[in-house]
Amino acid sequence: MKQSSVIQNKTLFACVLCLIISFTQNARAVEIQEVISPGGVKAWLLEDRMLPITSVSFSISAGSSADPLKKSGLSNMVSLLLDGGAGKFNAEEFRRILEDRSIEMSFSVSKDYFSGNLKTLNRNRIKAFEMLNLAITKPRFDKVEIDRARSRILAEIASKRKDPKEIAEEALWSINFPGHPYARKTIGSNKSVGAITKHDLHDYVEKRFVRSNILIGVAGDITPSDLASLLDSTFPQPSNLEGKLFVETTFPSEAGGIYVYQLRQSQSNILFSHIGLPRGHPDYYGAYIINHILGGGSFTSRLYKEVREKRGLAYSVYSYLLPMKYSALWLGGASTDNRTASQTIQIIKNEWDRIHKAQITMEELSLAQDNITGSLALRFDSTSSISNILVAIQRQGLGINYINERNKKFKSVTLKDLRRIAKKWIDPDSLKFIVVGEPTGIKKGKLLKPK
Amino acid sequence: MSRLYNPFGSLIVSFGTLSLMIFLASSSWVLAQDFNPKTLILDNGLQIVVIENNRAPVVTQMLFYKVGSADDPYGKSGLAHFLEHLMFKGTRKNPSGRFSEVVSSLGGKENAFTGHDYTGYYQTVPVEHLSLIMDLESDRMTGLVLNDESVNSERKVIIEERRSRVENNPYGLLKEKIDAILFLNHPYGIPVIGWQNEILELKTEDIVEFYKTWYSPNNAVLVVSGDVSSFQVFELAKRYYGKVPFRFVPHRERIKETSTRVEKKVILKDEKVGHPSWTRRWAVPSYSSTYKEKAFAIKIFVEILGGSLSSRLYTSLVVDRPLAVSTGAWYFPNYLDKTSMGIWVSPRPNVDINQLVISLETELKLVEQFGIKEEELNRAKNRLIDSSIFARDSLSGPAYLFGIALSTGRSVSDVEQWSKRVSEVTVEQVNSVAREILASQDFVTGVLMPKIKN
Repeated sequence: MKQSSVIQNKTLFACVLCLIISFTQNARAVEIQEVISPGGVKAWLLEDRMLPITSVSFSISAGSSADPLKKSGLSNMVSLLLDGGAGKFNAEEFRRILEDRSIEMSFSVSKDYFSGNLKTLNRNRIKAFEMLNLAITKPRFDKVEIDRARSRILAEIASKRKDPKEIAEEALWSINFPGHPYARKTIGSNKSVGAITKHDLHDYVEKRFVRSNILIGVAGDITPSDLASLLDSTFPQPSNLEGKLFVETTFPSEAGGIYVYQLRQSQSNILFSHIGLPRGHPDYYGAYIINHILGGGSFTSRLYKEVREKRGLAYSVYSYLLPMKYSALWLGGASTDNRTASQTIQIIKNEWDRIHKAQITMEELSLAQDNITGSLALRFDSTSSISNILVAIQRQGLGINYINERNKKFKSVTLKDLRRIAKKWIDPDSLKFIVVGEPTGIKKGKLLKPK
Repeated sequence: MSRLYNPFGSLIVSFGTLSLMIFLASSSWVLAQDFNPKTLILDNGLQIVVIENNRAPVVTQMLFYKVGSADDPYGKSGLAHFLEHLMFKGTRKNPSGRFSEVVSSLGGKENAFTGHDYTGYYQTVPVEHLSLIMDLESDRMTGLVLNDESVNSERKVIIEERRSRVENNPYGLLKEKIDAILFLNHPYGIPVIGWQNEILELKTEDIVEFYKTWYSPNNAVLVVSGDVSSFQVFELAKRYYGKVPFRFVPHRERIKETSTRVEKKVILKDEKVGHPSWTRRWAVPSYSSTYKEKAFAIKIFVEILGGSLSSRLYTSLVVDRPLAVSTGAWYFPNYLDKTSMGIWVSPRPNVDINQLVISLETELKLVEQFGIKEEELNRAKNRLIDSSIFARDSLSGPAYLFGIALSTGRSVSDVEQWSKRVSEVTVEQVNSVAREILASQDFVTGVLMPKIKN
């Protein structure tokens, strides 16, 4: 669960975006409170007395896409070093304090956000918050730790360069966003990671970890007043450096096509992409339902039925919406025998085409609505999943009442809406397929070269 | 890749792509106590465990069958896993696709998994629908309908699954070969998903026979976790599962593994590997095997050796000397028979892997010769005991813990007493298992290297 590679963050990011809360249908009120500390730090809290545990999630509204071009990978490096010594503690001392008190502290980065998680037993809560405060306000970035993190990143870059799934992922982003920061890898390159200095790391923390950039969610056995007093001593004081980082809003490139990266293996890893919808767009709810029907509803989606169930072409086939801060994609993938890669691509295209031509039934709509609305409570599995949801809702600017409105929004979507949205947003010819492997029978594929 | 991310650790093969893998890998070293479960055995032999959790109005049902890939007939590997896939193909009462459609329409999620010793099916739904999923799950305990067409189509899916997990995944491929050499005779050496050539030969009749032999209430454990009362669950279970008849199930006969007293080494050079890594594994007792009394000492030994960022290996190879980028140790004690423990390490760029291994072996020698300190023992115990509180912070995690324990020869009270057993381990016990394991030559070393093109 602690894994934090680029891909996983992205997938997590994708999942979290569609999380939405409300137990209203189960007639149990879930009360999210906005806690404001005496010093003005805000956090959303969902109290849960089941266990003597407190979970904190927070998110900084700038991720790897805001890294300077020549220092790309800076956010990622910071995420590896925040628990590597802070204040008067060197790395070993710092980690030992966490371990001996079973305090779980982790940091991760996606293209749009820097995120942190803290989970602690209540008996160690004060210490845990104190350590989090040190990590985000007084990290040391000792040279020996920087060297260690850098060598780890370089090893990871070397691994990813040969990994078919990573190769496909990287191609997908660079084809969709040429010249934009989204095309760059979260982890950076050998050169950019080599160029990062201690000064860059300190500068990063000073400029980005400022109060106006931080969103906080807390869950577990903690009262609002206990939380309020901890917020002030943990999160940074207001600062003069509250400058916003600038990343240009962009659209994915338009032309569709098939891109092939030749790699010796018996299977082709296929990723596909299409333009997506921004989270704030009124059509988002309808598109979310369309995606559920297409490839989002795990064992009931059309892609699952057509590619896996009927023809046995793949073990895994899926699609999901990925709204981002500065753009939006609609993504998916499948892995199949090289000899059936071309057939699989054709089937996926056909399904997009059927949706585009408004071939959606009332039954499909209601099944999707039932699943999406009914599954809400399932997401409240642990204190950390709850604290993460609280942050996600804030990030998307959905408001504290969103919880009670969410299911209504999905239920009010009509078949007519779906058909309109499918016509308006979906263009099967603009689909891009990235294929890594030795696919046969693909005509007009563009060849991708190893970097 | 977190610092303790273990690329060799995945265990289990599942039906869908929403893999349980990460959850399994982490919870398997976090057992728990104080779940306060309620249990009942129905007249037909079905064992039921209920764990109340009122965080959200939801419920997880997990049905474990005490049969896994290690019970596949010789030469028919992959049978248990194949059946797991086919359990989604419908029954007389609920034809193909209906099960998943109903679960989906309830807002639920579902999946299944196969291990060497058990096969599990689970659904999570809003709590008011528990009776519906019990109805569905009990129906497919005996009602499965198979034909060659659905079997052959699913066979292709499984071959693709095998390609993804093993053939085109260097870590998976190496792990499979290490298993095969570590367990020369015992079926734990055969992959859960099966050997490719044998999967291709499995017949519909083989699968039906396996199903009829092993799937019965007296060979199953039902775990229900969620916002329920045990009384309510027992009543529902009687209504739905109670009507499934008891059926004689054979005893699980497992071949005994013998010691080989020989070092073995497996090397894979692969174009998909960009950075080398190294692993070593020993066959050791599990919570249920012969010499199971050693399992808790091994648990602590592994924790001290490589379970944290202040462990022996991490401190010496990553922190004190600039040799490795990551290292750690793991142990999967939740098996019916002898299991394995392992260590892994990955060098810093520009560090020769052989040099690194020399340093690592020196570290192992130190533990073997001088043992561990009381202070290390206490720190490890505290961490493990605390982890059992965190393990309760989940809906499906505890259900999985009980299901796996009860399908691998342990009891509810074994699980409940886990922390107590951890706390009773002494320095002498740890040193004794450490010496025994580290002095043995009976291990397998695995090396993963980039393949340099000429």
